[in-house]
Parts: sequence; structure tokens; C-alpha cells
Amino acid sequence: MTVDTPTRPVGRPIVPAPRDTVARRGSVFLSRHPRLRLSLLLSAPMFWLGLVYIAALAALLITALWTVDTFTGTISQTWTLDNIIAVLTGSLYQTVTLRTVGVALLVTLVDILIALPIAFFMAKVASARLQRVLVIAVLMPLWASYLVKAYAWRSVLSRDGIFEWLVAPFGGQTPGYGLPATIITLSYLWLPYVILPIYAGLERVPDSLLEASGDLGGKTWSTLRLVVLPMIWPAIIAGSIFSFSLSLGDYITVNIVGGANQMLGNLVYTNVGAANNLPLAAAIALIPIVIIFAYLAAVRRTGALDNL
Amino acid sequence: MNRSTPLRRTKTSAALAGLAILSVALLTACGTTSAGNGGSTGAKAPTKLGTNEGAVSILAWPGYVEDGSNDPAVDWVSAFQDETGCKVTSKTYGTSDEAFNLMKTGDYDLVAASGDASLRLVAAGDVAPVNTDLIPNYAGVYDFLKLQAWNSVDGVSYGVPHGYGANLLMYKTDAVTPAPTSWNVVFDKSSAYKGKVTAYDSPIYIADAAMYLMSHQPDLGIKNPYALDEKQLAAAVDLLKVQRPNIGEYWSDYLKSIQAFETGDTVVGTTWQVIRNSLAPGTKAEVVVPSEGVTGWSDTWMVGSKAKNPNCAYAWLNYISSPKANAQATEYFGEAPSNQKACDFMSNPDQCSLFHAGDADYASKIWYWTTPIATCVDGRTDVKCTDYAAWTTAWQEIKG
Repeated sequence: MTVDTPTRPVGRPIVPAPRDTVARRGSVFLSRHPRLRLSLLLSAPMFWLGLVYIAALAALLITALWTVDTFTGTISQTWTLDNIIAVLTGSLYQTVTLRTVGVALLVTLVDILIALPIAFFMAKVASARLQRVLVIAVLMPLWASYLVKAYAWRSVLSRDGIFEWLVAPFGGQTPGYGLPATIITLSYLWLPYVILPIYAGLERVPDSLLEASGDLGGKTWSTLRLVVLPMIWPAIIAGSIFSFSLSLGDYITVNIVGGANQMLGNLVYTNVGAANNLPLAAAIALIPIVIIFAYLAAVRRTGALDNL
Repeated sequence: MNRSTPLRRTKTSAALAGLAILSVALLTACGTTSAGNGGSTGAKAPTKLGTNEGAVSILAWPGYVEDGSNDPAVDWVSAFQDETGCKVTSKTYGTSDEAFNLMKTGDYDLVAASGDASLRLVAAGDVAPVNTDLIPNYAGVYDFLKLQAWNSVDGVSYGVPHGYGANLLMYKTDAVTPAPTSWNVVFDKSSAYKGKVTAYDSPIYIADAAMYLMSHQPDLGIKNPYALDEKQLAAAVDLLKVQRPNIGEYWSDYLKSIQAFETGDTVVGTTWQVIRNSLAPGTKAEVVVPSEGVTGWSDTWMVGSKAKNPNCAYAWLNYISSPKANAQATEYFGEAPSNQKACDFMSNPDQCSLFHAGDADYASKIWYWTTPIATCVDGRTDVKCTDYAAWTTAWQEIKG
């Protein structure tokens, strides 16, 4: 293809016509068809997403409908709803589900209560230099292994651990291993994931708004409640999704510091490992999925996701 | 702002749904392959051996097949390789159930199985009978370990004993007084140590409760803690539910148990001799064999029914039951050896007395882990016994 440019304006530098190659023709074609360009760009990641998430979920659902031969341990592929019914009606699963959701909610609450003042200090009070130091400090625990941190809490909360030593002079004592220890440890583990979104949300709140509120006679608490909170609400929700969903699926922390308690993850784990009952494990694994979907739907209704 | 028009959104979701349907179809297509599985009658024991194949693959507990890669000083595989020309590839497993699943692949010539897996392996047809006449060192194995319920079926041997140990009662001497002589400190009287009692975290622990009931509720008629009918299992479960509120934590990781006893978070409960031996010096803790007896484990080397290298597998069976290799392996793991002469080869001369090796009187007090199956292992034919799946369900309910 040769480009005819008979009347070129005088005085402009002459740009040689690009060489006509296959690649160029392709890019010209794509630039004229934005729909095709978009679908080519997205198809690979969408395929991967479909393979990893949707296929995995589908496999889970299908496995939950199978059953296992207890004598030989092989999975027999006859369709049955027994596992789902057992999970829905069994008192064990109801108790453990309630316990897990309770722990996840408390962890989320504790994390938000701790994260709000820290994030506010980081975003609005600290100097630029201190701000950077604090961001690094918040991120620092993420460099250490999850297991190391959980075992560290195991020794902290032990009966001759540092916690007991700290509170003993005031008549307190360590909670020992159990659900309180699980909530403390999980709150610690997920805290950075809650601080960071709230910090980012607070960064976006202009200082001028706080000053305007003050000028109009708003006291500290009214400013926080009526100006800051509505603006960072989506950030709080984003943080809560992290801490809630991560707590919901956890089974290692409760194993290390949870004493004799078990959560949904432990039931899945023992059914895969000890019981060799993959279908029942898949059925149990559907519980947290349903809960997190319900949580996301509830969050969506509040409109918090629109502003993310 | 939402940039996508409703039309485009419909298209995207239609495409996504199409993809989902495609993947489901793909999965169901894959899912129809069925795992072919023979009964226990499948494989036969060989009557004579041929030449070694040059390779053997082994599935074992950690610490059973050491070739010096973990610790250069711990190596009994190299000598075997030099001696027989069989190159060893090994894989370790964490639970009996993992071993059970891995053996289904047929990729392993040998497996070191505990009693809570061995009968299941036989039932699933994954292991073959073993002709012990082809293993010269089998003669040196303690008689009280041969042809037992966990390594033989109807008088046919399914493997060679490796080593054994007991689930003992450990207590902190400064917290538990007087010194206990009965398991009642962890059952009926466990409330005295509320929150500081421990127990082994596995369905097989139900047998400990059943063994306790054998002497404390004889009218239940339990003859073997691994053969429980519905009523007997319910009684054991009730006992464990009484125990549950007093449990501080269950353990399956023995390092966790060591730490809990050292710090005093646990003061009484089930333990292994190796845990007592590993406690920090100065920890005031003792182990005891209570009057009711103890449960225990006795591991068995078994040959896969689809073994590709049977001759090398038999060479390994012979090698690992030789006094020297048996001593090395069981001393490293911390259990009593199966070979009578192994004690002469231990690097620590006290090892055998620590683990009560060869003490037939001590060994007779041990109820070795046996897989509970529907056919009662105590010989009763008038009732159906509860199987391991029922025990697993019960165990999850006990933990709550």
C-alpha cells in the first residue's frame, strides 16, 4: 500500500511513510476495531480466571455430589445430595459454622477498631517522613512467615509466657489456648490488610474538608462521624472483606493456639486427610463460600463497592 | 462510574456462562474415569526371587528411609544400595490416610504402614501377601510381633515388623499428685486438671477410651478396643465427651506436645516415649503404664500389589530387618526395634531399655493400633462392628 500525499503543507518536517509490514497492518486493523482489541487483550486472563476460579468452584460443587466407599476409600461417582444434607442438618456443622463466623466477625471488629486510629494518625497527623516509616512498620510483619507469627503467639500466650508475666502484677492471667487466643492471633495476622485500605481511604479525604467542618463549628467527634466516616466507609468495608474472609478459611492458627477448638477449615482438613472423605470435605467447603457470597451481596447493597 | 452498557454486560456474562459450562463439561468428561480396584484376593506372594531390578520406590513415615540427605550422619540407604544395586527413591507421608491414598497410585513397591492403615491397604487390594521364607532376617524378629492382627489376615503374613511403641500416660510430677496409676486422671477425674489435659488427635484415640471401659465397665463386654459395636462405640464416645471440656488441646504434632509439657500448659495426658525423652532437662515429668494397659503402634513393611520391582522390594525387607539397619532406623525415630539383636547395634546403649525393647511382658500390655473394620477383629460374628469411617465421624462430633 502506498500512501499518496500530493499536497503536503510547506514548512512541516517530512515524516517518511511507515514501512508496510504485516505487524503494521495488524495494528492498523486493531486500532480500527476497538472491540476486537479489547477481547484479544482480555481473553487470556479471562480464560485463566475461568480455569482457576470457576472451574475450581465447579469441581468443588461436583465433588460434593459424589460419595466415598468407606471400605476401599475410592470415590464412587453416583450423584447424591447426602453430603449437602448432612452438612446442612448436622448439629456439628451448625455449631462449628457459628463458631467460625463468630470468630471471623470478632476478628474483623477488633482489626477495624485498632486500624482506624493508626490509619488516621498515619494519614493526617504524622509528618511525611514519619508516614513512610509507619507504612514500612505496618508492612514489616508481612515479611515474616505466617507460621512463625502463629507459633510466636503460642509462646506469648503460654502459661509461662510473656503475656502472663506482663499482666500477673495486676492480677491478670493469660487467656491460655482457646478461642480468645485464636481471635488475638488472627487479629494480629490480618491487621496490615485492614490498616492499608483504611489508610489509603483517609489519604483521599482532603484536609480542607476537616478544616471546613471545624470552621462551621463541628466538634472533633461530629467531624469524624459526619465527614470522615462516610468518606472512608468503602475503605473500611474493603479491609473487613480481607479480615473476614481470611479468618473464615483459617485452620492453622486455631490448630496452633486454639486449644481443642475446631473451625470450618479444620473439618475440611480432617475430612480430606484423616477421614479420606473428599466429597464431604467439598460439601463443608461450600459453607464459607456461601457465607462470603452473602457477605459480599450485603456489602453491595450498602453501595460501598461502587466507590472503590 | 459504570462504563459498560447493559448490552455489553449481558454479552460478557453470557460468555462467562459459556466458559463455565464448557469447563463443567470438560470436568465431567474427565470425571468418568473410574479407579480400577481389585479385591484382597488379587496379588499372590512370590515363591522364589529373581535378580534385582536395580531400583525400588518406597513410601514411609519421615525418618524411616534416610540416605544422609537430611543429616549426613544418618544414612542406612547407601549401604543397601551398594549391597544390592537397587537404587532407592523414597517419599514420606504425614498421616496413615495420606499413605493409604498414595498407595492407590500403584507407584510404590514398598510402604511402611502403621496398624491403622495396614488392614485397609489389604482390604483395598493395594498390598500383596509376603512370603517370609524369602527373608532370612525375618527369623530374628521378635515372635510376639509376627502374624498379628495388624500385619496378617487369616494367618497369611502381609509384611515384616519394623518397630513398635506405646501410647503412655505422662504427667507433671509437680502438678499431678499422687502419681497416677490409672487412666482415670484423663477420664473420670480429669476435671481436677481442667484445661491442662491432652489427648492424641485422631479417631484411633477412641480405642484408648474403649480400653479404659474394658476394665471400668466390664458389662459392656468390650474384648478388643478396636472391635466396637454401636453400643460400645456410643459408650466410648460418651466417655470422651465427658473428657472434652477438660482438654486443653489435642496433639498430633509431637513437637507441639513437647512444648506444652515444658511450659506447663499441659500437665497430664497421652504421650510417646520419644516425647518424654525429648523434654528439656529439668522438666518434672514422668511416664507410666497405667493399670488398664496402653494402646500402641507397630509398623509393618508391606509390598505393593502392583510393585514393579518385587525382587528389590524383598531385598529391602531383608535389609531393613537386619539387626544393624533395624537398630539405625528405630533409634533415629525413637521406638523399640523389631529385631532381637538390634540392641547390640544401638549407638546409645540405654536405647533398648528406654523403649522396653523385647520386653514381652511390657509388649503384651499394648493394644496395637488396628484399623476398625465392619468385621469385628475380636472374632465376634453375631454383630457388625463400627468401621473407621464411623470412628472418624464420632471423633469430629466429640471435638465439636
